[in-house]
Amino acid sequence: MAAKRKTPIKTRNPDLIRGVGKYSRSKMYHKRGLWAIKAKNGGVFPCHEPNPKPATAVEKPPKFYPADDVKKPLLNKRKPKPTKLRASITPGTVLILLAGRFMGKRVVFLKQLTSGLLLVTGPFKINGVPLRRVNQSYVIATSTKIDISGVNLDKFDDKYFAKEVENKKKKTEGEFFEAEKEDKKKLPEDKKEDQKAVDAFLIKSIEGVPELKAYLAARFSLKSGMKPHELVF
Amino acid sequence: MPFKRYVEIGRVALVNYGKDYGKLVVIVDVVDQNRALVDAPDMVRGQMNFKRLQLTDFKIYIPRVPKKKTLIEAMEKADVKNKWENSSWGKKLIVQKKRASLNDFDRFKIMLAKIKKAGVVRQELAKLKKENAS
Repeated sequence: MAAKRKTPIKTRNPDLIRGVGKYSRSKMYHKRGLWAIKAKNGGVFPCHEPNPKPATAVEKPPKFYPADDVKKPLLNKRKPKPTKLRASITPGTVLILLAGRFMGKRVVFLKQLTSGLLLVTGPFKINGVPLRRVNQSYVIATSTKIDISGVNLDKFDDKYFAKEVENKKKKTEGEFFEAEKEDKKKLPEDKKEDQKAVDAFLIKSIEGVPELKAYLAARFSLKSGMKPHELVF
Repeated sequence: MPFKRYVEIGRVALVNYGKDYGKLVVIVDVVDQNRALVDAPDMVRGQMNFKRLQLTDFKIYIPRVPKKKTLIEAMEKADVKNKWENSSWGKKLIVQKKRASLNDFDRFKIMLAKIKKAGVVRQELAKLKKENAS
């Protein structure tokens, strides 16, 4: 970078109106003294030596030209942004799930994963909701917050929740007609341990607040006379 | 059944409609058949249609169009705020506001408290019934 000028650059070509200068191109050439620079340099503008271009490899002509001109799709350089988390949802907020198996359950928010989904837990002992991912759109954030500092959530990310890929076994004809001998998929022990570890800390903070445990165990439902647009959550 | 609450200078009224909904104001002057000049300690004095006002039982003693300072002093002397909050109308409004601002957790706690209270009442009733029957 060149050194900063002490005085700001003053143009020698004042504007008469925006877009129209006082002096023409030829007058400006004279004003800037470009004729003097040329004269000093022997009739040519001084210029740096161009950087030597790297030697390009010899390109062979292509073997095959397609018969028709195929249009190339336009380049798309957009990068998807991470889902914006609602301001009302902070770590430790109690959320109400609105859809799915645990519809109506009140649940503790832990953190937002990189895919944009929210990591959430019951805690499992209180209302049967395990460590689970949930979409922000299917959730009401209440203003009740629990302190969850002290819980280590680093090991939970989207890969933790990925489905396990089973090797497909080729079936012979006889086996097709046999009843599917699939045993119920059991939860691996380490996931249970993770659940217990996260919940142990949470349950302690929950039992510190009176009636919060019963609150999380109960399901939310709209009763007669409740107007959702007037309710404060 | 004569009227008890009159439109007069110093009558405390509740605003029923508009930007200042729910505020207690004092009628400070009457503009014409439909409008009054109205003032409160925390608002700029302005005109308001009578249809937007609900008269209350309270009245303070002020001269016509008093200075803001005089108005505030008169309101303090008559203790309008406390009298209003202790009146049944004022109490009802406070409860309504509280109910509207309840959290989901608060509503849950209230439900538990109601059930508990109902249980206690029922027990007492059962006791009294037994005494009466025997």
